[in-house]
Amino acid sequence: MSSLIFKNVYINDTASIVGPYEKKGELSFRNSLNDFYYNEKTFEDAEIKMQRSVLENLLFQNNLTPQEIDLVVGGDLMNQLSATSYNLRDFRIPFLGVYSACASFPESLIVASNMLETRFLKKAIAITSSHNLTSEKQFRFPVEYGALKPKRSTFTATGSLATLLSNQTSKIKVESATIGTVVDYGIKDTFNMGAVMAPAAAKTILDHLRDLKRDINYYDLILTGDLGEVGTNILKDFLWQNNRIKLKNYQDAGQELYRSDQETYSGASGPVALPLVLFHKILKQKKYKKILIVGTGSLHSPVMCNQKHTIPAIAHAVSLEVIS
Amino acid sequence: MDKEQYSKLVKKHTPKEDRFLNAVKAFVFGGLLGVLAEAIMELIRNVFDLPILDATVWMMIIFIFSACLLTALGVFDKLTNFLKAAIIIPITGFAHSVTSAALDYKQDGLIQGIGSNCFKLAGSVLLYGIIGAFILVLVGVLINV
Repeated sequence: MSSLIFKNVYINDTASIVGPYEKKGELSFRNSLNDFYYNEKTFEDAEIKMQRSVLENLLFQNNLTPQEIDLVVGGDLMNQLSATSYNLRDFRIPFLGVYSACASFPESLIVASNMLETRFLKKAIAITSSHNLTSEKQFRFPVEYGALKPKRSTFTATGSLATLLSNQTSKIKVESATIGTVVDYGIKDTFNMGAVMAPAAAKTILDHLRDLKRDINYYDLILTGDLGEVGTNILKDFLWQNNRIKLKNYQDAGQELYRSDQETYSGASGPVALPLVLFHKILKQKKYKKILIVGTGSLHSPVMCNQKHTIPAIAHAVSLEVIS
Repeated sequence: MDKEQYSKLVKKHTPKEDRFLNAVKAFVFGGLLGVLAEAIMELIRNVFDLPILDATVWMMIIFIFSACLLTALGVFDKLTNFLKAAIIIPITGFAHSVTSAALDYKQDGLIQGIGSNCFKLAGSVLLYGIIGAFILVLVGVLINV
């Protein structure tokens, strides 16, 4: 049993910022960058600045000082969680860093919600960010290198998003969560992240339904993190072949962020893709009441891949309820 | 479902690359690039009245310089999307790999950054190129003995 039920944790507010590609994409955002540098010298500094701006905005929107926040939980894709830790050195807020690649956002929600549920902490913030070029540099080739990308590859989203959580009742309730397990189906292809992560998503969804004795149709929407087009098709087929489960009320954040003519291959990825689509599309539509978000993270490292290891993946699920 | 069945499932849903079309593009554009090189070489040879070997060197310098400049301007990686391997395989690709890596580590300093990383991609080409050349020379010497 790896599921938790929360009785009094709510998402009060969010702040976000996106990069130039996301601005031109499918959804509309208030804050965005015009280029990948954000008036900084390096891409890394740009990512830190994005995180700082969302954290400052979130505090400003809610008339809060950093001292009033009891905990920040968050992570990003950079080595040693550099973006998050370098951002938080200026705030003096207690901080827990988490890494599960693109499942970092739901993981942060789970950790923060659990802390708030105890009522020892009053206000917590979950934060995440990714930057297309810092991760490109870290996981693949130099930024300017014209490596040809196959159709199955995904495109790391640029942006940052922070959410304020507390016991104070709001329209979005964090209802329950399932902590994922590491799953490895023997994929070695570092371009096919959808294939790496799909079984992890399936496992977590099944665990969640089993633990909470729910049917898949209990949810108005299941929103996976960033499987992309390829991973989505694999997940659907996988669940059907193994468990005879048909995914009907289903969307994948990776497919919702960009327009189809934006040359982003199989779709968006990165820890920020899921919360961006969740808060700027799904919750804005006011169509869905019960939403299960399943963040999917590929836990690969270039070192392990070079040493011919297969790629493990993890998925964490959080169930949200919209209270009208 | 075991790993083998899963890999079949993955194969079913993974889109195929347009290998043939990419190869044709690379062949055509690569060929045109060769024609251009030949034209530049002839031009240098005739205008500056240089021997063919010197003209070849000048032509290569022009190609290397252009590749580096296009990389720095952020154009080269967009060109590869269109021209495919045509500009990656010739010496332009080698120059591009060195410049792009150097650009990436510009902010990490001259020694720890550019110095130790600019041959990140091109290093293997150099190493095995030199080893290959050494073996060939060795064979050549042995045959001529």
